[in-house]
Amino acid sequence: MAYPYTHPKEVRLLSRYFGDPGARSLEGWKARGGYQALPKAFEMGRDRVIEEVKASGLRGRGGAGFPTGVKWSFMPKERTRPHYLLCNADESEPGTFKDRELLRWTPHQVIEGIAIAAYAIQAEQSYIYCRGEFFETTQVLARALEEAYEAGILGENAMGSGIRIDITIHVGAGAYICGEETGLMNSLEGRRGQPRVKPPFPAQAGYRGMPTTVNNVETLASVPYITLHGGEAYRAYGTDQSPGTKLFCVSGHVRKPGNYELPLGFPLMELIEDVCGGLREGRRLKAVIPGGSSVPILSAEECWDCLLSYEGVAKAGSQLGCASVIVMDDTTDIVKQVRRMVGFYAHESCGQCTPCREGSAWMEKILRRIEEGRGTEEDLDTLMEVAGQMEGTTICVLSDSAAAPVKSSIMKFRDEYLARIRTGERVGAA
Amino acid sequence: MSQQPNPQTVTLTIDGRSVTVPKGTTILRAAEMVGIKIPHYCYHPGLSSPAMCRLCLVEVEGWPKLAPSCKTAVAEGQVVHTDSEKARAQRTGVLEFYLVNHPLDCPICDQSGECKLQDYVFAEGRVHGRSREPKRVFGRDDFGGDVLFYGDRCVMCTRCVRFMREVAQDDRLCVVERGSRSVIDTFFEKGLEGSPFAGNIVDICPVGALVSKDFLYKARAWDLDHTPSVCPSCSQGCNISIHTRDNLVQRLKPRENLEVNGWWMCDYGRFNYEWMNRRDRLSVPVVGGKAVGWSEAVNSLAEDLRAAIGQGAVRAVCSPLASNEDMGFLRALVDVLGGGEIYYRSRRAPDEIVLPGYPILARRRDLAPNVRGAELQGMIRVGDDEARGGLDQVASHEGIVLVLGDPLLDQGEDFGGRAAVYVYFGTYPSVAAGRARFVLPITTFAESEGTWINVQGRVQRFWPALRAPGEAWPAWRVLGSMLAALGEGPAPAEAHVAFERVAQRTPALEGISYRDIGTRGVMVREPALVSGD
Repeated sequence: MAYPYTHPKEVRLLSRYFGDPGARSLEGWKARGGYQALPKAFEMGRDRVIEEVKASGLRGRGGAGFPTGVKWSFMPKERTRPHYLLCNADESEPGTFKDRELLRWTPHQVIEGIAIAAYAIQAEQSYIYCRGEFFETTQVLARALEEAYEAGILGENAMGSGIRIDITIHVGAGAYICGEETGLMNSLEGRRGQPRVKPPFPAQAGYRGMPTTVNNVETLASVPYITLHGGEAYRAYGTDQSPGTKLFCVSGHVRKPGNYELPLGFPLMELIEDVCGGLREGRRLKAVIPGGSSVPILSAEECWDCLLSYEGVAKAGSQLGCASVIVMDDTTDIVKQVRRMVGFYAHESCGQCTPCREGSAWMEKILRRIEEGRGTEEDLDTLMEVAGQMEGTTICVLSDSAAAPVKSSIMKFRDEYLARIRTGERVGAA
Repeated sequence: MSQQPNPQTVTLTIDGRSVTVPKGTTILRAAEMVGIKIPHYCYHPGLSSPAMCRLCLVEVEGWPKLAPSCKTAVAEGQVVHTDSEKARAQRTGVLEFYLVNHPLDCPICDQSGECKLQDYVFAEGRVHGRSREPKRVFGRDDFGGDVLFYGDRCVMCTRCVRFMREVAQDDRLCVVERGSRSVIDTFFEKGLEGSPFAGNIVDICPVGALVSKDFLYKARAWDLDHTPSVCPSCSQGCNISIHTRDNLVQRLKPRENLEVNGWWMCDYGRFNYEWMNRRDRLSVPVVGGKAVGWSEAVNSLAEDLRAAIGQGAVRAVCSPLASNEDMGFLRALVDVLGGGEIYYRSRRAPDEIVLPGYPILARRRDLAPNVRGAELQGMIRVGDDEARGGLDQVASHEGIVLVLGDPLLDQGEDFGGRAAVYVYFGTYPSVAAGRARFVLPITTFAESEGTWINVQGRVQRFWPALRAPGEAWPAWRVLGSMLAALGEGPAPAEAHVAFERVAQRTPALEGISYRDIGTRGVMVREPALVSGD
């Protein structure tokens, strides 16, 4: 059975078995080449695993793009206290649906990645923090974990190595902010899911105050491939600064939305026009959000020669984020779209920091007023200033995320706002 | 002299001023030491710093972002700007955010006049707010105990939550919901009822979100006079400020003293002030049932006492609320009159109530402020834990009987009936007091200057917060005049002179003066002289 849509240009290192129910079981996964990387990792030793991951240039797939090998090397070399590995499966960024797919189709791939990472950073206990809404996913994952334990892959003596690797699933309660790594740690400890002030960084004092590494599902899912084939093989894909493949979650106004695994540096327009089958008949591209709702909107012109790598999207004026491409054609009402996104952040703000708590809710109210045709031109200046006050002034970056769509959309689609303010008319309303 | 860098200290520059502070100090504290006050809400010296109000952000040269000064440790050579354009713009911006949902109901808010939101917005806020949106409404909630919560005014600093969690260690408050819907709430219906320290959250609330039911609508903050004092309700001696208006005590607030009570006090002490406002006071000297002037009272008493000297020992009763000055002069008078026992009675609670997060502070067993002072003057504890009984040998004494402060509420009409001279120095009328030939009105601690010694052996000063009724004098002044009339030195005209006279004849106080004691107190010279509990 073909996964909803696939395309010949894809390089399916991670997503090859998407849509293949046989890959979910331990037996099926082993038949597809699984669990060869973990024994190899034990053979290589910790330092070489970390070196290989460093050499691969793998960057964190959760959105920030921090080099994974470097992050692991921040962990203390000597294990004098418990170390923890936390797998961040609280995938909640609007437009993102890759971790869910990795977990529900290839749970053993993620488990193997966690086991290798846990070995590398000397974490005896790891947790998978699953988004509360991932009901089916969590069940699939739990079944796979059970199998892995029964087969002796996990536990006190993982695959006969004498090394303890335990993995526990923790189901969140559905808060976006618990995807922020320190908010995740607080939530896991049973506290309110509120980000912590850094420093101290998780590698110094994280979960329960112990050295901790938090990695995204997709990052960890890439680890078995790198371990097995080496950093150089991984570097065969992607660009120099953005090596490897990436799952692109394409949603919105394309004919074939879905997850596509492509080498980084893939042209955005080719993704839309070719891989995703283009826009619907007679529609023009209006805007694209290339990395999930937290990143600035790109206008159609900016998309033209945008390459989907960390540096390529930055050059176009946005961020790759977690590569969640939201495509909007000319029927899209930008004001409504932005109001809807800001509303999400206002709802999900943890409420600690004043700029985020008050600013996000205030922006939503202003945008709603504009949307209803009761706005003024001064409102746009206020929005820009409020958004400016929310950038870089808070403990975590949720505040910046709420500000990004507002600022970028007013800069790039000011006419649409003005039209709504002056005439009350919706631009592009179908 | 060459300067060796001290590894224990850090030198940095704040707003152009060079500051040397111990390593690990935060920028906010370092700035405070040179008189630069950085606005803040969530930071409180007695609590952890969540760095969430984002008001204390300052510019550190070379840093890409503003730094939360309450949480950022100083570093050698750091250059900090608290008043740069960036730092000021940050504060103005954050203050505008606070006003998006704040109701601005200052005219009916108890905090008005001592509100940090008013102060900061007045200093650095925008002249006109830009929010035209409807505000969110939470309304009012009774948190139980003395605390009322006005959610709309809350700035979400969570000081109250952290006080209950970290200091009272009695997790009764929490933040519910998130984003701008966040609001402080209690667990279950119980709320704060029965928490012995919950009153402190009203003090640390920077705005009018948490207000005291007891104080509600009683007075405006700017109409209150503040007098430094010491809590009279137990032997802990928490430093307090007495807030008065129209010669009435309106409320008591803790006054910072890290050696005694930190920033806190217990609710028992906080609300035990109504007695200071009692109007049924003794206000004129009465001799033989007739109101007289002080000179006549002193002369006629001196005459009677002189006549009674040598007719056996003196027996005296002293209240443990009396100051060291009063007690010292009482001891001196008893000695001049031939010596004798002085008894005191103190109410005692069955146990202490310790503040877990600041354990040197407790509501002590002795519910009186100067039990240590009484012991220092060799007074003998009598009576039960309710401060009743134990005075039989005084009630029927045939020599001189002196009573200072103790209201004798448990004594009958025959108290002192057989005394050669029975003098009552007191504040309120009572049956047993009425039998005295000399009924002399004295002031309460709230109306006079003086000192007490707390359970730690710390001498602490209090100042007059109220005007004394009628002709009431501080007891030391009456006693000093008596001694003068009996030829024992000049009568002290001021409290500090009285204290020095007492200090001279009390080894544990030797060499201590009011100046040494200041507003923070000092330990007595020989704490061993002060017995343990």
